[in-house]
Amino acid sequence: MRQGAVRLNDVSITYDRLLAVQGITGSFEPGSLTAIAGPNGAGKSTLLKAVMGELSLSSGSIERGTSKGSRFGYLPQAAEIDRHFPLSVADTVMLGMWGRTGAFGGVSREAARKGRDALQSVGLEGLERRHIGTLSAGQFQRVLFARLLLQDAEIIMLDEPFTAIDAGTTRDLLAIVKRWNGAGRTVIAVLHDFDQIRAHFPQTLLMARRPISWGSTETALTPENLLRARTMAENLHGHPPGEGFAA
Amino acid sequence: MSFYAAVIHPFVEYGFMRRALIACVALGIGSGPIGVLLMLRRMSLVGDAMSHAVLPGAAIGFLIAGGLSLPAMGLGGIVAGLIVALLSGLVSRTTVLKEDASFASFYLASLALGVLVVSLRGSNIDLLHVLFGTILAIDATALYFVGAITSFTVVTLAIVYRPLVVECFDPGFLRSVRGGGAIYHVLFLFLVVLNLVASFQALGTLMAVGLMMLPASVAQLWARTLPVMMLIAAGVAAVSGLLGLIISYHFGLASGPTIILVAAAAYCLSLLFCPSGAVRRLFPARI
Repeated sequence: MRQGAVRLNDVSITYDRLLAVQGITGSFEPGSLTAIAGPNGAGKSTLLKAVMGELSLSSGSIERGTSKGSRFGYLPQAAEIDRHFPLSVADTVMLGMWGRTGAFGGVSREAARKGRDALQSVGLEGLERRHIGTLSAGQFQRVLFARLLLQDAEIIMLDEPFTAIDAGTTRDLLAIVKRWNGAGRTVIAVLHDFDQIRAHFPQTLLMARRPISWGSTETALTPENLLRARTMAENLHGHPPGEGFAA
Repeated sequence: MSFYAAVIHPFVEYGFMRRALIACVALGIGSGPIGVLLMLRRMSLVGDAMSHAVLPGAAIGFLIAGGLSLPAMGLGGIVAGLIVALLSGLVSRTTVLKEDASFASFYLASLALGVLVVSLRGSNIDLLHVLFGTILAIDATALYFVGAITSFTVVTLAIVYRPLVVECFDPGFLRSVRGGGAIYHVLFLFLVVLNLVASFQALGTLMAVGLMMLPASVAQLWARTLPVMMLIAAGVAAVSGLLGLIISYHFGLASGPTIILVAAAAYCLSLLFCPSGAVRRLFPARI
C-alpha cells in the first residue's frame, strides 16, 4: 500500500444504532484532492471519522498507507469545538507540534518559530497572544488551519471547512488546501458547495449513505447522479434532504 | 471590636479553628482548579453526582471502623466514587442515555444506599455529620490526609496539564494524534473523586462539591485564561473558608454552610460586578 493512500473495502458503519454508511468501496489515491458530497445525514462525517480510526466498522475494512498512525490531520466541524475555551491563539496553534512535543515535552525555539510562520501563512501574524474567544469564526478557522500546517500530515481530512466562513477566508484557506495538494499530500474534504467542488476539487465521492459515484468530479456530479442522491436521501430518511443540497 | 479580635484572635485562641482554616486553604488549592476544569468540560452536574456517589463507600467505611474515622471513610469514598464514575461512563457509552442521565441515576441510588447504611448503625447525629460535615472537628490525621490529597492534585495537574486541557478543548484532535484521551479522562475523574473525599469531612457529602463549583464559577466570570482562572478559583475557595470560619465563629453559625454561603455571595457579587456583569451593562461607564 502506497504512502498517503486510503482504501475502503465494502465499508459499512453503524452509528447510534442506525446504518450510517453502507457498502462503500474505492480508494483515495496518494496526493489526490477529493471532495465528499451528499445530502445532510448522508454519512459523510461518519465516513471521515472511520477513516481516522475513531469509529469502528460494522463490516468491511479500511487500509491506510501511513508510515505511522499519527500521520493524519483532521479538522472537525466548527460545532465540535468550544470556541470560548480559555486558550490563546499561540497555544492552540502549537498543538500542531504534538507529534514533536507530545504530552509532556517542551516547546523549542525552533518549534515556536514554526508556529509563528504557520500563523503568518494563514494571515494572522501578530495575534499570538489573543484569546481564541475574541476571534471571528473565520479567524478561528484560520487558527485551526495553522495548526494543521504544523501537523505536517500525509493525509488531511477536513469536515465542512468552509461552512459559515466568510468569502475572503474561504479563498485563503482554499489556497492552502491547494498548496497541500501540490506538495503531494492527500486531502479529503466534506463539502456542500457544488460550484466550489467543480472549481477546485478534481475528485468527488458522492454518497447518500450508500455510494452513488466516486471518480473525477465531472463524471461524479452529473445531474442524474445528483437527482439519485436526492431521491435516495428522501427514501432513507422519510423526509426531504435539508438545505445546502440544491444542485 | 478590633481587627485583631475579629479576625486573628479566634485562630490564636483555638486549635480547632486553626486546623479548620488550614484545611479550608488546602481544600481550596486542590478543589479550585479541579472545579474550573469540571466546568469547562460542562461536567458541573457530574461533579455534583460524584460527591453523592462517595457516600455509600464512606458509609461502609463508617460501619467497618465503627465510627467517624476519616481514613476508613475516605478510602471507602474513593473506591465508591471511582466505581460510580467508571460504571456511568460505561453505561453512557453502551446505551443511548447521555452521561449526565446515567450519573443522575447512579447518584440517586448511591445517596439512598449511603443514608441507609449509616442509619443502620449510626445515630442521627452521625448522619448529620456525614451529610453536612464537621469542619471544626478536623484533627491532625485528617489534616495530613487533606494536605496529601491537595499536594497530589497540584503535582498531577502540573504534570498532565497539557493533555488534560487538550482533551477538554478538542478531544477529537487528541484522538487524531493518538494522544490517548481516555487515560486522561479517567485520571481527571480520579482527581475529582479524591478532592471530593478530601472535602467530605469538612463540608459533608451534600456540600463537598460547593468548594469546587462556586469558586470555579466566580473565576470564569473574571478571568480569560486558564491559569488565571485556576488561581482565582483557588483563592476564592481559600478566602471563602477564612471568612466563613470567622463569620460562623462570631455569630454561632454552622461552619460548613457558612463557608459555602460566603462562596455563593462571592458568586452573586461577581455576577453583578464582573466585566460582562449586570452593573456594567445597566450603567455603562461614561467617557
